[in-house]
Amino acid sequence: MKTHIWGFAAAAALAAAVAVPASAHRQWMLPSSTVLSGDDVWVTVDAAISNDLFYFEHHPMRLDALKAWAPDGTEAAIENQATGRYRSTFDVHLTKKGTWRIASVSDGVMGSYDLNGKTERLPRGTTTANLSERIPAGATNVRTAEASNRNEIFVTVGEPTTTLFQPTGKGIELVPVTHPNDLIAGEAATFQFLLDGKPAAGLPVTVIPGGIRYRDQLGQMDLQTGADGKVEVNWTGPGLYWVNVTTPRAVREEGGAAPAAPQRRASYVTTLEVLAP
Amino acid sequence: MQLSTPARILGGTIGLGAVLGAPAIALANPGTMDVTITIPRLKVAEYHKPYVAIWVEKTGARAKTVAVWYDYDMKANEGTKWLRDVRQWWRAAGRSMTFPANGITGATRAPGTHKISFTRAQLGAAAPGQYVLVVEAAREVGGRELLRVPFAWPAKPGAGGRTAGTSELGAVSVAFR
Repeated sequence: MKTHIWGFAAAAALAAAVAVPASAHRQWMLPSSTVLSGDDVWVTVDAAISNDLFYFEHHPMRLDALKAWAPDGTEAAIENQATGRYRSTFDVHLTKKGTWRIASVSDGVMGSYDLNGKTERLPRGTTTANLSERIPAGATNVRTAEASNRNEIFVTVGEPTTTLFQPTGKGIELVPVTHPNDLIAGEAATFQFLLDGKPAAGLPVTVIPGGIRYRDQLGQMDLQTGADGKVEVNWTGPGLYWVNVTTPRAVREEGGAAPAAPQRRASYVTTLEVLAP
Repeated sequence: MQLSTPARILGGTIGLGAVLGAPAIALANPGTMDVTITIPRLKVAEYHKPYVAIWVEKTGARAKTVAVWYDYDMKANEGTKWLRDVRQWWRAAGRSMTFPANGITGATRAPGTHKISFTRAQLGAAAPGQYVLVVEAAREVGGRELLRVPFAWPAKPGAGGRTAGTSELGAVSVAFR
């Protein structure tokens, strides 16, 4: 039982290292616009990890895993990347009409094994592809959990399109019922979330309005996906919203043993802009 | 789009009414809507003429844009960058259009009263029923305002609905002939 507890702690620690931080720190990307018109269209994005939304005041977001996709699904260039003390920034030239995706996606495996009487953690950077070579011969009691993290934003030139919402089948993904670039205060929005390609029931969905610095109450909405993976969001007003969906965290029951680390962990983050009517 | 050219089409067919000097009354079944829009004169340090979109809504039908006044003559069509700031129109109709839009694109207008006329066909009001004329103005470094004037077709000749804005738009009225 002792190793079990330790295993969970190790997994949690690794999750924090690999994943969107599990603590109060929130990772986010903030586009200069989400709804755009014109013939030569650019978007600038700030990317950071901070407590308050959307103020860059803690850590820049790393851009290693960042990619952009044009509405037809082709990969597009990330331009003018820079990482400063508190934020990263980059541009995307939106050369086609429709809805673009900008995403930082990472997959990793965390876990531990026993070797020669000692418990060892799997090193950072372990993936399903290199897992077998990272577990030495003779290792026993191998425990692993796969973590998929997706932080993405959408921006639309002209009419919103849905071509690039084809799920990859990995991690948590958003399927629009309401298009994420067609949000208006006073109109409820519905999104469906998939986990590994299937509608995911019971996922906790956290929605927090931006502008935290200038108010006393966080205004966090704690929602949950229904049986069909769908969740309805009633915006409290126009503005920017941070949305975070995660696989449920293991909960230790009072007086009970520490729960086993879940085999599958996934996290999803997006920033949504709700326009005034 | 007919700009302040009253009844060019009708003038030919109802010459008698025009001669009698009361075409609006003589015409039992109007075919044209005259829209009068006042753009207020504002005392601001930096003034730019507003972008204005005019469209027609009907329950169950797609919004039909009849006029958009914007900086259409900038190099490389740059003036289209701010069309999305006319945000309700952009969502209702603008975002699915291409610009310049033939017969719809127009230059921005200076403060003052402007008359613009539309035929029933231009308004997309062929089917009898209830319609709403919507006028939305958005000004660079300024505000935004939207006004709605309901109307019905067939219309009665003479003055129709009237409303007035408080910030970016003055009086907006419609009349039929």
